[in-house]
Formats: sequence, C-alpha cells, structure tokens
Amino acid sequence: MSLEQTVENVAVNLLRLAVTELPKDVKEALQKAYQQETSSAGKTQLKAILDNIELAEKTRTPMCQDTGTIIFYVKAGAEVKNLDKIPNALRNATKRATTEVPLRPNAVNPLEQKNTGDNTGRNIPFINWEIVPGNILEITVLPKGGGSENVCTMAMLSPGEGIKGLKKFVIDSVIKAGSKPCPPNILGVAFGGGADIAMKLAKKALLRPLTQPNPNPELAKLEKELLEAANSTGIGPMGLGGKFTVLGVNVDYAARHPASFPAAVAFNCWAARRATARIHPDGRVEYLTHEMR
Amino acid sequence: MATYKLTTPISEEQIRKLKVNDIVYITGTIITARDQAHKRALQYHKEGKQLPINLEGLAVFHCGPIVKKEGDEWIIVAAGPTTSTRMDIFEDEFIKNFKTRVIIGKGGMGKRTTDAMQKYGAIYGAFTGGAAVLAAKAIKKVRTVEWFDLGMPEAFWILEAEEFGPLTVAIDSHGNNLFEDVKKKTEENRKSIYEKLGIQQ
Repeated sequence: MSLEQTVENVAVNLLRLAVTELPKDVKEALQKAYQQETSSAGKTQLKAILDNIELAEKTRTPMCQDTGTIIFYVKAGAEVKNLDKIPNALRNATKRATTEVPLRPNAVNPLEQKNTGDNTGRNIPFINWEIVPGNILEITVLPKGGGSENVCTMAMLSPGEGIKGLKKFVIDSVIKAGSKPCPPNILGVAFGGGADIAMKLAKKALLRPLTQPNPNPELAKLEKELLEAANSTGIGPMGLGGKFTVLGVNVDYAARHPASFPAAVAFNCWAARRATARIHPDGRVEYLTHEMR
Repeated sequence: MATYKLTTPISEEQIRKLKVNDIVYITGTIITARDQAHKRALQYHKEGKQLPINLEGLAVFHCGPIVKKEGDEWIIVAAGPTTSTRMDIFEDEFIKNFKTRVIIGKGGMGKRTTDAMQKYGAIYGAFTGGAAVLAAKAIKKVRTVEWFDLGMPEAFWILEAEEFGPLTVAIDSHGNNLFEDVKKKTEENRKSIYEKLGIQQ
C-alpha cells in the first residue's frame, strides 16, 4: 500500500476513534470529577456526561453532535518519503470519515455562508507540521468543537505585569466563558512568542494528556495554581454550579519580544477528543491514544 | 428538588409547578430549532402563514442534529444541545406567539427570555452540552423534517421522544434563573481568587 493510502486509512480510523471514544486520561478525570463533585446540579451533569460517553463507545457513534473542525498535527520523520502526498490523503480521509462515521458537516465557506458538506474547505482540514529526526510518521487529529472555540481568548498583556497579568487574564477568560464552553474544560494556556505563536502553542497544549505532568517544575506549579483558581469560580459542570469547572490546565510558552507579552487561552470542552497513531517504515501502524477495535 | 415526568402537550398549570433545580423528563413531541428556524417561524407568524406544526404545549430543542437516512426513514445519530444565548433575540416572541412550554438547550438564556417565561408560562431545561448519544437514545422517531433547505443542523426536525432528559430546570416560570445565580456567585468569587493569586485590582 502506498503511504498516501495508509495515511488516508489511518486518518479515517483516527477520526472515528476520536469522536466516539475519549482518551483514557480524560475519561478518568471525568469519573473522578463525578465522584468528588458536591453540587447536585453539577453531579447530574457529570452523570449524564459519563452515561453519554459510555453509550457512544458502545454504539460507536459520535459522543457529541458537534464533531468539530478537523485539525491535524503531523510529526514527520525527515527520512519519510512522499510527505507532499499527505495533505491530499488527510483531505480525502476527512471526506470519507464525514460519510462513514458519520461526522457533521462543519466546514462553511465564510464568503458565501455555504456549508461545503464534507468538512473540507479552504485551509481545512488544517495541518500543523513538525519535522523531526527519523523515519516515523505520527499523526494526531484534534476535532475541535465550536462551542469551546468561541470562547478562546488572546491578548497582548503588559510586560510589566508579567505572570500576574497572565493569571488574571486566564481567570477572567474562564469567568467570561462561564457555561458556554461545556465545562468541565481543559485549558491550553500559552504566553510569549507573538499573537499567532501564543495561540498555536495554547491549542497544541490541549493535546498533552492530563496524566502527564509538565516537565518544567515552574510551569507545573503555575498549572496547579490556575487549576485551583479556575475551580474556585463556582461555574461548575455545564455552568450549573459546582467545583469542577476545569479538568486540567496545560501551559506552554515561547520567548517574547521585550515590548510584548502575548497570552492565549484555548478552551476544550469535556468532550476533549484527540487521537494519535504512528506509521512505521514497514507499514506497521501503532495507535497511541486508543485501542484499535 | 423534585423529578417530574411530563408528556406533551404540556399545560401552563404543569409548568407553573416547576422550580429551578428540578429534574424533568419529557415524553412526546420535541422540535429542533436553531437561529434560522426561529427566524423563519417568526417571519411566518408575521406574515400570517401557518407553521408546519402547532407548537402549543410542545418542547423546542436548540439542537443541530446529525441525521442519516435509512431507506425512507430518518435516524437521529447524535443530537446534543447547542448554545441557547444565540436564540435570546427570538425566544420571547417565540414563546408569546406559539405557546411553547419547554425550551431545551445549553448554557442558559438571558433576562428577555426569563421575563417571557414568567409572563407566558414556560421553562428552560438545561440538557448536558454534547451529550448527543444520550439525547439520541431518547428520541424514538423522526416524524418529519421541515425547512430542510436551511441545512441539516438548522432544519425543523419534528421528533417523538420518550423520557428525554435529564433536563435541569434552569429558568422557571417564576422569574428564577439558575445560570444567573451561578454568575452572581462567580462574580463574588472573583475577588477572593484575585486575592489568592496576588492580583491587585
């Protein structure tokens, strides 16, 4: 099989896995939240979420009707040949998954306000590339829900305020978002770089499993502090009140310009869907986030 | 906090009994309507045109479902709620004109809708955002689809449901709004959070 065909098949599988089954770390975080939530309205919501993900998994149907905007992260080994064929393969996979899974057609041409019907359009599916040493191709799909996307925030903060300014910005973003992003959420937070870099890093941070601690102890401390602060807002599951507003906060940063302090917060809903697979040079495929059934 | 099982058409009297935080399950006819369907329904009313279905006593669901066709039959695959605040600009007129008793969605609605619910006797039932399979399981049949030209998510899907829920009564017909209560508390908590993080205001 050509690399193009393999990538297409793997990407269809990844899309199906992502929208029908949450990664283990997210599932466990939701279960823990259900056990520890003290607000009755919040507990009702978490119970409905758990029942829903169980049903989705069992019946292999999308856990949420909004199957998102399709975003790929491709980590390509520099020795892998025919990388130029991958965008087409991922595009075809998106079209196929739209009818086979099915996914909701979520790509609208903003000029004509017309739905393309197959989840593809100009620049969509979007592909984030990273070239790494070696001969392995790693593909991750992030089907990104619209409700949580609508509350993502980006700001150019004052460098003089430093991390304190960042903390205020994150908490203000969470409070402003309220019930809208379908809490409990996962937050990707990034600062530095530039306006685009901060948001890109924030969104990419959503991919880090909740069980994987930040390797930078200072950032790990900041994550814990932001998590506790967000969960002190009282917004709770689905904004109906409670202590679980976020399941996790993942932070990243880039060096900044002396005059700038860009900051970005990317929200993901409780249906924090993602799926990753590795394609080895011999054609062997390894699914990292899910058991391939 | 009580649990109620209601069957459509639902009367104003039944609605007036409900209080915020109660749990409701609905059996009967539920219609999906998002921005475009609300807009068209109100336009029809203005022009004196009849709607495809009489909405009195029914439930309106803010939802853009995934639906597939098997033979002649439509099957709901996933049907979670969409963000209700977008419908705030239509809902008061909608409730007034069509006497819809239950609005189902996520994220809550504003003062305009809350006032209309108090005045005309309706409630807002919060369904868990994204719990699309749970919702689909309770939908037993697609009776018909109207206004399909608006696109699959925006169309007017007329559904038959059995014990659709749990819906948390988040706005009742007595002027109470659970989401607004939570917002007020969150605003109060903001100060102590700032303090703990060492943020000066």
